[in-house]
Amino acid sequence: MKRGTFGAWFWVVLGGLYFLLPLLGTLDFSLRMRRGVLSFDAYEKAFADPQFGQTFLFSNQMALLTIIVSLLLVVPTAYWVHLRVPRLRSVVEFITLLPFVIPAIVLVFGMIKIYSRPLAFGSLELVRPLTNSVWGTNLLLVAGYVVLSLPYMYRAVDTGLRAIDVRTLTEAAQSLGAGWPTILWKIIFPNLRTALLSGALLTFAIVVGELTLANFLDRPAFGPYLWLLGQHRAYQPAALSIISFGLTWVAMGVIQFLSRGRIKPGQVAGAH
Amino acid sequence: MASLPELKSGETMAFLHLTNLRKTFATSAAVEDFNLEVEKGEFVSFLGPSGCGKTTTLRMIGGFEMPTNGAIGINGKDVTSKAPNQRGVGMVFQAYALFPNMTVAGNIGFGLKVAKRPAEEIRERVQEMLALIQMHDLGPRYPYQLSGGQQQRVALARALAIRPQVLLLDEPLSALDAKIRVELRFEIRRIQRQLGITTIYVTHDQEEALSLSDRVVVMNSGRIEQIGTPFEIYNYPKTSFVASFVGTLNQLRCSVVDAAAGKVSFDGQPFAASGPIRGADGSVIVMLRPEELHIGALEGQNQLRGTVETVAFLGAIVRMQVKLGEALVTLDALNERRLDLPKIGQALTLSFPPHACWVMGDR
Repeated sequence: MKRGTFGAWFWVVLGGLYFLLPLLGTLDFSLRMRRGVLSFDAYEKAFADPQFGQTFLFSNQMALLTIIVSLLLVVPTAYWVHLRVPRLRSVVEFITLLPFVIPAIVLVFGMIKIYSRPLAFGSLELVRPLTNSVWGTNLLLVAGYVVLSLPYMYRAVDTGLRAIDVRTLTEAAQSLGAGWPTILWKIIFPNLRTALLSGALLTFAIVVGELTLANFLDRPAFGPYLWLLGQHRAYQPAALSIISFGLTWVAMGVIQFLSRGRIKPGQVAGAH
Repeated sequence: MASLPELKSGETMAFLHLTNLRKTFATSAAVEDFNLEVEKGEFVSFLGPSGCGKTTTLRMIGGFEMPTNGAIGINGKDVTSKAPNQRGVGMVFQAYALFPNMTVAGNIGFGLKVAKRPAEEIRERVQEMLALIQMHDLGPRYPYQLSGGQQQRVALARALAIRPQVLLLDEPLSALDAKIRVELRFEIRRIQRQLGITTIYVTHDQEEALSLSDRVVVMNSGRIEQIGTPFEIYNYPKTSFVASFVGTLNQLRCSVVDAAAGKVSFDGQPFAASGPIRGADGSVIVMLRPEELHIGALEGQNQLRGTVETVAFLGAIVRMQVKLGEALVTLDALNERRLDLPKIGQALTLSFPPHACWVMGDR
């Protein structure tokens, strides 16, 4: 084996161990609920708890809504920046990075402070306080998740847009009679499929395990449930962590499966 | 913003009308005073060096750039402020711009689908276009499964499928290798003639422009230098830029011996130009194409003596540089098997008829 190859494998193995050992530890711990033997008791108890299903379903619904809102917000914005105002790219990138430096706790307190009051024009109340209703609080939760996932979603979309010739494809579609909705829906979205799936997966992973926003907005999400369980139980939280991890890996596998094959915009010649 | 010119009685308007077009970016003008009339079915090329404004003009016709001033008319209608998708203009791009997520058939049928044409009509039109570009069986393939030449054929078929009023081609052959380029060049012309579609072709390749076009518009620094048939542009250039940009040209600074008789002298060797020389005082620049020069002393023709500096074998022609005094004169000889190639350093006589050379500004 060449020295360079050995070095590369050393780092791959080291990285793999760093990643896998804690997982294996958690998996092992989750199987030791019954003294002296390996069992799935912790998993059975976790699944038997009705709160597990309810919170997991709620978080999945919120994740789905967040993904839809994020895509509708980020894709047209990033597309427009690429096409019309590329000089603003650094400004938009800076804005999308803000969630990294503004803690979620600041975000949620800001939201509660602003939206727990009615939106009024003088003495005329236009919108009731959002925190006074379930749908209003869910709306705030989704809005907060959109902000938290912005750095990941924007970067995924931006990378996808850099890989295709946005301007020429847009102009080609325009010359064929297409308007903006058709261009976005038929040309841009399909050619960003892999990037959008990556962004969606990252958003999903962030939302499903998120604790701070859901906790302070008092919503029955999976993150607070996990945290609460961790305060009182030892083995079930470990089992739930493994389940969450498994679901994430399944999602990644689905992305790999869906994004394989036919779209290869980088390849332009040489097939014959 | 200017409008289309009003017609006098009995006049008919050209199919494509560009009037006083001007485009400025920040403070610099990319295109200025651009006026052109193109007849229906005509093939017109914009030829010029990089940055001369030819692509900007094409993009203004396509609606991708808004003119700072001027008007664009297609088939008698002012389309200056219309969006690209409302102009009925098909465009082929240098980078092919096929939609990677669609098959060849999907790409060709895209414009018709956008226009909400019936599925059967789309299918038939796609087959018709595939036959036109001689790619009958490749409808189900994806762009990445095609060669560059095939992709550009599909891009052409896609642009033509919507039956555009005007076809715009923006350096469509630049990304292809030389052999495919020549093949596709003739194919574009065949298809254009077959469909009789009004076509504007942008290129910096003079051979492409001369071989394809009914007329050529030579541009420099955002302005039109000359509009003419390929024959006129090459043989009767109106400006020194056109003369030097199109083809290879010898420019000899000669002293005037007898202006009225058209006699000049180069490196102490007198010869006759094509006619009387007007408005010159002392010296003039005489233009001479390399293919007009012949090796050997031919009776009744001008003769200049020099020594061979370089010989380059280019296949169909042999290009030589002959030193005359301090100047190098380029000479092209048609290749033939029995051609006796001159040696470097060899002294020889060059002959050319008086009508072959001209003084810039006199014609």
